[in-house]
Amino acid sequence: MIDRRNFLKIVSFGGGIFLASKFTYDLVSQSEPQQAPITGLRAKRWAMAIDVQKCEQTPNCKECIVACHTYHNVPEFNNPKDEIKWIWKDKFHNAFVTQENPFLPKGMNHQTVLLLCNHCGNPPCTNVCPTKATWKREDGIVMMDWHRCIGCRYCVAACPYGSRSFNWRDPRPFIKKQNPEFPTRTRGVVEKCTFCAERLARGKMPACVEACPSKALIFGDLDDPGSEIRQVLSERFSIRRKPELSTSPEVYYLV
Amino acid sequence: MKLYDGWKIILGLIVFVGFFTLPIWLNLSSAQSKVKPQLVYPKDAMQCVENKDYMNHYHMDLLNFWRDSVVRMNVRYIVRNGTVLTHNGEKLEMSLTLACLKCHSNKEQFCDQCHNYLDVKPYCWDCHVQPKGGLK
Repeated sequence: MIDRRNFLKIVSFGGGIFLASKFTYDLVSQSEPQQAPITGLRAKRWAMAIDVQKCEQTPNCKECIVACHTYHNVPEFNNPKDEIKWIWKDKFHNAFVTQENPFLPKGMNHQTVLLLCNHCGNPPCTNVCPTKATWKREDGIVMMDWHRCIGCRYCVAACPYGSRSFNWRDPRPFIKKQNPEFPTRTRGVVEKCTFCAERLARGKMPACVEACPSKALIFGDLDDPGSEIRQVLSERFSIRRKPELSTSPEVYYLV
Repeated sequence: MKLYDGWKIILGLIVFVGFFTLPIWLNLSSAQSKVKPQLVYPKDAMQCVENKDYMNHYHMDLLNFWRDSVVRMNVRYIVRNGTVLTHNGEKLEMSLTLACLKCHSNKEQFCDQCHNYLDVKPYCWDCHVQPKGGLK
């Protein structure tokens, strides 16, 4: 007859052996890589800084917009109702609507500012997506899977920056010059800037950054203290769009 | 019980059943279908990423796996036995347009042949761009 004391001894000893062996097994099995390595440019927290002053010196320059929209087969409808935009320009007072200071430097309110998806640290769009067609990657990019998008437009409603566009019409006839290396979208799908995830994977900088003739766009890893973007952010004052919404936008404007 | 005009009814039934199953009899008598997919394979036959039998049956699963791997996991290159596959010196990506169509460059003579034969309509081409013929 086994008594209570011995029973507990046996059970706890056996449990201890089991846990120890499982722990060692997990350690050993994890030491081998499970999948092919991710290639190209890598970061822990991709972000962009936009030098508004440099950009303002050439107010009619659209190199970044043309480069992005050509590369990604973004259609041009010439109709604001159907408009698809990944990167675009607007006036300062429209971009920074919650900037309450009425006494800004002369002309600042009417400067043009470059706008794109902020790749928020806390993105409201991904929380509302019912199919996980949009999600936040580990490197900070708010990515889209157009295969999964069902066109419910919750994300369009959730984004406080107007960064998401919906394909109301078949975009193909409105693509001026197609890039065969990148897919188009279909009617009924939402699209937006992806920080050129496919270019980063091939070791290239985003198309807009590469195209900017005055090097006003700085792209890099905020988690790397030696990166160019951290340098420039530590030297100059920057603002972000609607930070009070606690979305933690990752596009910084050097004003 | 008497079946009035029995021979007419039975004859009618035989004619009806025979007519209704005509396609089966025609197919059986000719032993094989007259329409067959005519696939044109690339001439400079490089090794495909998988063997022909696997590709015949499971290319759609492979493409779905590629899609998830590239879009959702950001793993882009085709790796076999620890090395990245290359084609003409370029690393091969898991991509319909950038890998498959490098060799199978004619959609009408390759993809469409079986898809039309089996009446399947994959929606790959709603977004992904064909090498020739451009959009649409």
